[in-house]
Amino acid sequence: MQNKTHPLLIAFAVLVFFFLLGPLVIIIGSALSETSYLTFPPQGLTLHWFENIFEISAFRRTMATSFMLAVGGTALSMLIGIPAAYALARYRVEIPRFLGNVYVLPILIPEIVLGFSLMKSLATGLGLPITLSLLVGHALLVLPYCVRVVGASLNNFDFSIEEAAVSLGCTRAKAFFTVVLPNIQAGIIAGFILAFITSLNDVSVSIFLTGPGVSTLPIQLLAHMEQFFDPTIASVSVLLMLVTVAVMAIVERTLGLTFLTK
Amino acid sequence: MTVSLTLDNVSAHYGSTQVLEDLSLHVAEGELISLLGSSGCGKTTTLRLVAGFLQPTAGTIRLGDRDLTRLPAHARNIGLVFQTYALFPHLTVRDNVAFGLKQRGMGRKERDRRADEMIARVGLDALADRHPANLSGGQRQRVALARALVIEPPLLMFDEPLSNLDAKLRVDMRVEIRRLQQANGTTAVYVTHDQEEAFSISDRVAIMNAGRIMQLDTPEVLYSKPANAFVADFVGFENMIPMRVVAEAGDAVRAEMEGGATMDLPRGTFDVPGRDFILAARPEGLLVAPEGSAPGIPAKLGLRTYLGRAYQYQCDTPAGSVMANGPLSAPFDAGAAVTLVPQPDQCCLLPVEA
Ligand SMILES: Nc1ncnc2c1ncn2[C@@H]1O[C@H](COP(=O)(O)OP(=O)(O)OP(=O)(O)O)[C@@H](O)[C@H]1O
Ligand SMILES: [Mg+2]
Repeated sequence: MQNKTHPLLIAFAVLVFFFLLGPLVIIIGSALSETSYLTFPPQGLTLHWFENIFEISAFRRTMATSFMLAVGGTALSMLIGIPAAYALARYRVEIPRFLGNVYVLPILIPEIVLGFSLMKSLATGLGLPITLSLLVGHALLVLPYCVRVVGASLNNFDFSIEEAAVSLGCTRAKAFFTVVLPNIQAGIIAGFILAFITSLNDVSVSIFLTGPGVSTLPIQLLAHMEQFFDPTIASVSVLLMLVTVAVMAIVERTLGLTFLTK
Repeated sequence: MTVSLTLDNVSAHYGSTQVLEDLSLHVAEGELISLLGSSGCGKTTTLRLVAGFLQPTAGTIRLGDRDLTRLPAHARNIGLVFQTYALFPHLTVRDNVAFGLKQRGMGRKERDRRADEMIARVGLDALADRHPANLSGGQRQRVALARALVIEPPLLMFDEPLSNLDAKLRVDMRVEIRRLQQANGTTAVYVTHDQEEAFSISDRVAIMNAGRIMQLDTPEVLYSKPANAFVADFVGFENMIPMRVVAEAGDAVRAEMEGGATMDLPRGTFDVPGRDFILAARPEGLLVAPEGSAPGIPAKLGLRTYLGRAYQYQCDTPAGSVMANGPLSAPFDAGAAVTLVPQPDQCCLLPVEA
């Protein structure tokens, strides 16, 4: 075996990085340009377009909505996802396999189909208010992440630990909270973060469910783009990116990123 | 507080497959009984029934005069030691041990005091503030033991508690388990598939097969007087020679083996269980002797191996190949025609099972 890396491999790696990071650099550059249109490389440097996000009330409002949906939808999804993941792991033998796959359907169905069917069922069918159907829609959208990531840490969980707690006098319910939850905490946090980011950046589902007066940040971004082609779009994108990076940094600091890929 | 454990005609199923069949077992106060058997014979299932993690489909389970059968698992007050230790990873050694006391509503001070006392008894004083991940296998095992003992349960149950430890530690730990169990006078059920382990520390051993107890007896009786072919095979009776009574010859019974050879078994020394029976013997139970020197099985010697205390011969008999031992003082050569003389105190005559 030779230890030297093949030059072609290095070239390939550089290319991958270029294509992954290149567009991001362009967006960051454009967001800082003094021109009133998108351009790269930036001409002059200003933070004006970032201030602009907060000056436009539609952006402020939708930003709040997006955060509320990401937090609320994920929380709602966890409320269903944790018990589901628990049951699937605990009763692996007894539960038919296809039931486990039902929970990942929202990932498998094309998002646009999911969005359309949610509009048909929640908004049109049930006549739910816009905010509520958005909340339910986002909860469904992120459910696979909750079930899968929490499930992954439950699959590594030795259920005899739970039985040990019961044998020491805990009821089943109490054992769940005192010994199961603390030991899958990392999985819950990781699932929460993945779900949060997915919800925050979602377009396909939200676009069908938003309506008069209620919108999310990415949808507002699209609407803005149709009228103005100024660097505000880039700065909103940068902002969304920063939130994602910040969340990832927190994960990296507290749990380690390898955790998410486990 | 010592109590007895009684299982009466207990059956258990997983789905539609029956795992335990009409199992009855009585563990006396302060007694340690081992369940011994090969993988899948239902040892863990028996423990899970008693612990309350599984409901029997028939029969009753009693602890002392308390009927456990319908009692939820958390109310049974039974100390359990798991094969995987099942320590709480997020708690320190002290909090692991104190867990059961906390469930009983004991204040922090008192439970920490008792936990520390028990941790000292299993020799882990220095490690009370560590988490399980930072302990060796043997240390984890001790924590698991301390955690089960500290609640002073009337019944302790162990599920292959030593199978993840190395050989030397296994011997030390089993002695320790026995010592603590006897010191507290706790009734105990111990599951293992290691015969030496079961025999060395148990008052009695139940040998299990396919969801049934084949024999429940002291290690001494099991070792020398197995009650059936299964147990005999399990405890190392390598030679099983089917025989049939053909005549009563005064104070002896004449038995014929496959191939037509006959042998006289004196009454009183051998207790023939029926017309058809099996002569079961370890190699040392069949003495290689010069041809015709005593009643026995005619054989032709094959390969000879040296065991230190004896020679062992592979022998061809009319009933097939058997292993027999011969004295060091008089070695035989391969090919010699000899008689294999059953030694009454080291052979058993077993009934043929239907
Ligand atoms: N959850 C389950 N579902 C279905 N069958 C099971 C289940 N658990 C155990 N069994 C079956 O029940 C039988 C007895 O299992 P048990 O765990 O009691 O065996 P064991 O004697 O403890 O074996 P081992 O020495 O391997 O631990 C086995 O045939 C096993 O396949
Ligand atoms: Mg087992």
